Amino acid sequence: MENEKHHIVPYRVYFYILLALITLTFGSIGITHINVGEYSVLGALIFSTIKSFLVLTWFMHLKFDQPFLRIMVGFVALVFLAVIFITFLDYYYR
Amino acid sequence: MEHVTQHSDPHYDQEASKLGMWLFIFTELLLFGGLFIVYSIYRFLNPEAFQLAAQALNPVIGAINTIILLVSSMTIAMSTSALQKKNKGLTVFLLEITIMLALIFLINKYFEWGIKFDHGIWPGSEHMINDMSKGEILFFGLYFVMTGLHALHIIIGMIIIIVALNKVQKGTVHADRPSLLENAGLYWHLVDLIWIFLFPLFYLIH
Repeated sequence: MENEKHHIVPYRVYFYILLALITLTFGSIGITHINVGEYSVLGALIFSTIKSFLVLTWFMHLKFDQPFLRIMVGFVALVFLAVIFITFLDYYYR
Repeated sequence: MEHVTQHSDPHYDQEASKLGMWLFIFTELLLFGGLFIVYSIYRFLNPEAFQLAAQALNPVIGAINTIILLVSSMTIAMSTSALQKKNKGLTVFLLEITIMLALIFLINKYFEWGIKFDHGIWPGSEHMINDMSKGEILFFGLYFVMTGLHALHIIIGMIIIIVALNKVQKGTVHADRPSLLENAGLYWHLVDLIWIFLFPLFYLIH
């Protein structure tokens, strides 16, 4: 399946992904209503990360694309995380 | 050169055009990524002010707009499947729904910003400069810049989808030549992807 050039994703798969995304949206609303202080941001961001993973994999077809595209997307995500990490190191230890 | 095949356009390369679109998407991700870093630093430095300022945002409108964008992402994804199945009517219909949903998103945004303006909140307004703390000004500044830049992407996305829709209708975008529609879809999902992070960071601060 992976290397098939014209993989047609069935409509219902997209519908299931939408249902999962909406459920996760309510999950992120729910978790920020629970009073867990600083962790609510972290919780909401974890929900967002799972959602973006679903969008990238299914809606943006990465699951059916050539592996190098996935590697590139992963690399960009790592670069972004590294920049955040370094920026916070700077602010935290000032 | 034994196997010379008849080809209407020798320059068409589906994989290359997809790769080009992804490279463009990376630059967009890093553009918004930079803004997210600015946001996180200022929130880290002004946690109370951000919390106070975020009370002015309506999470219900934010949630409605999230669902609108998610549904529109699904309809445009389905339209690429419809195109591959050579169902032109359904492709056009799904794209029309996507455009309608994008328009509804913008109308919501118009009213949302309108309410802020009625309360005297816009970048550089007197109310903001005189009555708000530095942190609150930063929050609203980032709110207007980031949601504004996102709304600009919605408008550009709509234009691209309208162009793709016209070409599907004319028959220049079809099952064997779907790149324009696929790339329009990728752009639209990018817009969705950015909103997925904007929503909790601006609307869900308690």
